[in-house]
Amino acid sequence: MTADNFETRTKRINDAIALKKPDRVPLFPSYHLFPARYAGMTYEQAFYDQESWLAANEQVILDHKPDLYFQPSAPISASGPAHEALDNLQIKWPGHGVAANRSFQFVEGEYMKAEEYDEFLSDPSDWTVRKYLPRIYGALEGLGMLPPITSLLAGYAGAGIVGMLAIPPVAAAMNALTQAAQVSAQWNMGYAHFEKKMNEMGYPAFATGIALAPYDLISDMLRGMRGTMVDMYRCPDKLLAAEAKVLPLQIGGAIGQAHMSGNPRIFIPLHRGADGFMSDEQFERFYWPTLKALILALIDAGLIPCPFFEGGYDQRLRYLKELPPGKVMGLFDRSDLVKVKKELGDTMCIAAGMPVSLLQTGTPERVRDETKRVIETIGRDGGFIMSNNTVLDEADPELVRAWVEATQEFGEY
Amino acid sequence: MSQELIDAFIDMREADVLRLTHELLEHGAQPLEILEACKDALEVIGQRFEEGQAFVPELVMSGEMMNEVKAIVKPQIEQEASAERLGRVLMGTVDGDIHDIGKDVVVFMLDANGFEVIDLGVDVAPATFVEKIRETQPDVVGLSGLLTLAFDSMKATVDTIREAGLREKVKIMIGGAPVDDHVREYAGADAWGKDAMEAVALAKQWTGR
Repeated sequence: MTADNFETRTKRINDAIALKKPDRVPLFPSYHLFPARYAGMTYEQAFYDQESWLAANEQVILDHKPDLYFQPSAPISASGPAHEALDNLQIKWPGHGVAANRSFQFVEGEYMKAEEYDEFLSDPSDWTVRKYLPRIYGALEGLGMLPPITSLLAGYAGAGIVGMLAIPPVAAAMNALTQAAQVSAQWNMGYAHFEKKMNEMGYPAFATGIALAPYDLISDMLRGMRGTMVDMYRCPDKLLAAEAKVLPLQIGGAIGQAHMSGNPRIFIPLHRGADGFMSDEQFERFYWPTLKALILALIDAGLIPCPFFEGGYDQRLRYLKELPPGKVMGLFDRSDLVKVKKELGDTMCIAAGMPVSLLQTGTPERVRDETKRVIETIGRDGGFIMSNNTVLDEADPELVRAWVEATQEFGEY
Repeated sequence: MSQELIDAFIDMREADVLRLTHELLEHGAQPLEILEACKDALEVIGQRFEEGQAFVPELVMSGEMMNEVKAIVKPQIEQEASAERLGRVLMGTVDGDIHDIGKDVVVFMLDANGFEVIDLGVDVAPATFVEKIRETQPDVVGLSGLLTLAFDSMKATVDTIREAGLREKVKIMIGGAPVDDHVREYAGADAWGKDAMEAVALAKQWTGR
């Protein structure tokens, strides 16, 4: 057996996605904040000290030799200093609203009011700059004082209109943006170097591009879960129109990110479409059409959509079956994997298998047994990537090692 | 007409619910009668949720409509009659976790099934659980969590309850997306539930109903 490199690992992953049998079961631990604990640093440090955070990730990757690694930029979203510069009100991050060793948490809210749909639909960019940003970033409140962005259609006279930027609250917002931009640019550079270095050492990153299902974007980022669910009754047509509006933006954004990074895998974390949230009828009307369109458009663009079916999707499998075979890497959480394999085995590659609860509370023997059992039941025919069901944040490093070793031991085809 | 209100409520016809509420009041109906009708509707919606015929949007809309009806009739209520309840459940999302959706669904279902629910909200410290157990004497304590960090918080909460000498006085159930039997064993809870229906079943079993 020759040593693995970037090409052999990528081929192993691609074979599994194409529903073939690779040389062995590929391993993708979605680390998330796990490297922090592994290297003995706090989550807060990970948000503030990029060098140590990247070193921690490198250490984990070199110790586990995974076929895909979870890119360290994902759990951080933006650095602590950038969140601070903007006074980010939409998350609490370690040391700022949650304890230093707690994962960041999203602050759900109605960041767009129900009566603002029309404004959003008629000009989403203007609404985003003048209404949305001042609400989610305390330091950008001043942007709310700007005139409509389209006032710059005054052409050459726009040179005078930009005088608005000197109004003190607006100027303060511009300063905050510049500050955040500088920090973020530096961190982005750090991530790009890290990825290049890992590529050279033979390790592909899972996905650098991300897209949201249109319903989730409206629900997570704008209206809140309660908001969109009420909208399904009070103003369904506007909700659907907003989804249609953001769909091409998500497609374009994902394609752009893939071109920039050269990584074809696009992560699509799904939220409200899971079993139990809505009925099949509601799923068919409000969730699935725009999600399916997103996935198909990414496939058409030559990319690999990687939806994370968080929660259970047992009641939705017949919809997922509509997707073209061998083009999608589906990450599963609590679904019945035997059923998923039976229903979707000819449709999409299944990345799943190890419950994090076991990696957090079990014993090496139980982890080893479970790994063997999963490979023998779900993994034996290929089209399978061994992964954990949800983030590894608090997993026990010893148990994760047992899992990695067991996957190598039992994963040979 | 109160049957009409119940039907409108169950069908999520919000405008009709509000219209009928006003009409009933104008015709001299008692505010409590109207609230009872809405509660009957909630019970049906709860049953439909259990049977997989209704989902979270219906629970959310029910909550919205209930609040709207209450706002209309509340000024006219002098005293809310306290109905007989099956038992008392203390609910909260554990320390360090600020997620409330799952917990809220459980609270809704327990309430719809006749339990008195005391909701401590999110990010509830172990000491707060202990304090509230002393204060409210619940039969059941429900610990909710969405994040994996909740495993340790659940364990800490159960430990703190034990150290306070209250462990034998309450039954403890845990739940939330990543929770399973491994976590139950780790945290030292009496049981775990995968959804709100299991929470209701556990509470009923423990209170002997």
